[in-house]
Amino acid sequence: MPLTESEILAIREDFPLLTTTVNGSPLVYLDSAATSQKPLAVLDAERDFYLHRNSAVHRGAHTLAALATEEFEEARATVARFVGVDADEIVWTSNATEGINLVAYGQRLQPGDEIVVTESEHHANLLPWQQLAKRSGATLRFIPVDDEGGLRLDLLPEIVTNRTRVVAFAHVSNVLGTIAPVAELVAAARAVGAIVVLDACQSVPHLPVNLRDLDVDFAVFSGHKMLAPTGIGVLYGRRERLATLPPFLTGGSMITTVTMESAEFLAPPQRFEAGTQRVSQAIALATAIDYLSAIGMDRIAAHGTAISTRLLAGLARIEGVRVLTGRGDRVGLAAFDVEGVHAHDVGQFLDDRGIAVRVGHHCAQPLHRRLGLTATTRASGSIYTTEAEIDFFLEALAEVRTFFGVNA
Amino acid sequence: MSDLAGLYQQLILDHSKNPVGWHPLASPTASSHQVNPTCGDEVTLDIEVREGVIAAVGWQGHGCSISQASASLLAGLVEKSTVENASALLDEFREALRSRGTIELDEERFGDAIALNGVSKYVARVKCAMLPWVALEATLAG
Repeated sequence: MPLTESEILAIREDFPLLTTTVNGSPLVYLDSAATSQKPLAVLDAERDFYLHRNSAVHRGAHTLAALATEEFEEARATVARFVGVDADEIVWTSNATEGINLVAYGQRLQPGDEIVVTESEHHANLLPWQQLAKRSGATLRFIPVDDEGGLRLDLLPEIVTNRTRVVAFAHVSNVLGTIAPVAELVAAARAVGAIVVLDACQSVPHLPVNLRDLDVDFAVFSGHKMLAPTGIGVLYGRRERLATLPPFLTGGSMITTVTMESAEFLAPPQRFEAGTQRVSQAIALATAIDYLSAIGMDRIAAHGTAISTRLLAGLARIEGVRVLTGRGDRVGLAAFDVEGVHAHDVGQFLDDRGIAVRVGHHCAQPLHRRLGLTATTRASGSIYTTEAEIDFFLEALAEVRTFFGVNA
Repeated sequence: MSDLAGLYQQLILDHSKNPVGWHPLASPTASSHQVNPTCGDEVTLDIEVREGVIAAVGWQGHGCSISQASASLLAGLVEKSTVENASALLDEFREALRSRGTIELDEERFGDAIALNGVSKYVARVKCAMLPWVALEATLAG
């Protein structure tokens, strides 16, 4: 069951930023796919750590260090439970991008090997693979999209072959908002012995996700898109995959024995956590997860569907608006083109009413190019997004073409 | 006039729809292609300089109404201008646009291009208006 109006209003009480006024109007924040707002509980968790338990983790034997280490590792366990895996399979990173780079740099490929991504990837799940291909001589291939942005699964047998070593794709597209056919893509990869890397940045905040059930080898997501602070990301690696992955960053805290000539590395996940860790951010992420879990991911997903349905129905009624729909089930976001008005001008018009949306290529230039666009406008919701906000946004959007003199 | 109407003056909307100087030059002495990486706006500017005078200006591009109108207004402004004057206009334009609304473009110097005055209050849009001017800077330097 979707969240009720009164439940959403109660949730909004926890997000003081949402009461901000922008350009004389109440803020309507529809840019949660870029970064979510943070509830007081998350802000308090970070502050509370610094007020009472701040110290370095995994070093030192004093009481505070032990408390901080315990809390840091409990946060890891919270994250692991949330996505259905074990704590030693969770690696802290700065963000999802770092996680994908960590995996990409650990692959030992050679000419003749192939890496497969999709044409709708965020640059974060494209460039690390492009660079891996350049370094190793391997070939980067991609699953194209059709005119709606849907993945051309009919081409899968030609693209994922016995030369494929890696298949990397987004669980939910940050532009289309559609949920990828994970089972089909994983089956294709499994059949040829390729590893699967899932960009779960737009799914974990909005859907119940069990990475074990999805049967992927690696997955990444980002704290700041799921009510937590910036600076904390998560890499999941299947235990046996992490065991054979070489370290990415090296330095303190990831070793057992060091001589002037060489070093022995710790087991995962510490092997991948060189240097001082993001302790307060990890603890705040665990608090964010507790906050989401208390609402319930099934209900959050239903709320996303309700937002998506209302958005799509409203956008379809506005003349000259083309939605980048993709294919399949969706989360609560929609990117669209307004015929005759550049996305930046659309965004500026909406900003004047206090409505915050994302404009541009959303770090997915190839997808935009394929759909014949350079920039679009994206509205994205979260647990605190109300129906009234969606309606207010749609009413404002309906005036855009008239304002810019293109409504002939 | 609201801030938004001040930003999108009719003159800007007109120039973005019916741009001045929208063509490549046959024999440019310098040209520059500029891209705004955050939004993908593009301007390619050609100039033909003869004896210290910009004899011809042509440009093509795509993007938001601010960047495209700015290119159109620039083309009208610097054609037949000396290189020295165009360079001075560039400095004055940049100073005004980066002033957060505290410095206005001089109407005697900039004519219709003063319609871009409203942009300087919108820090995020200054780079849109500057895009063709950065191209001009590159062509004058080259």
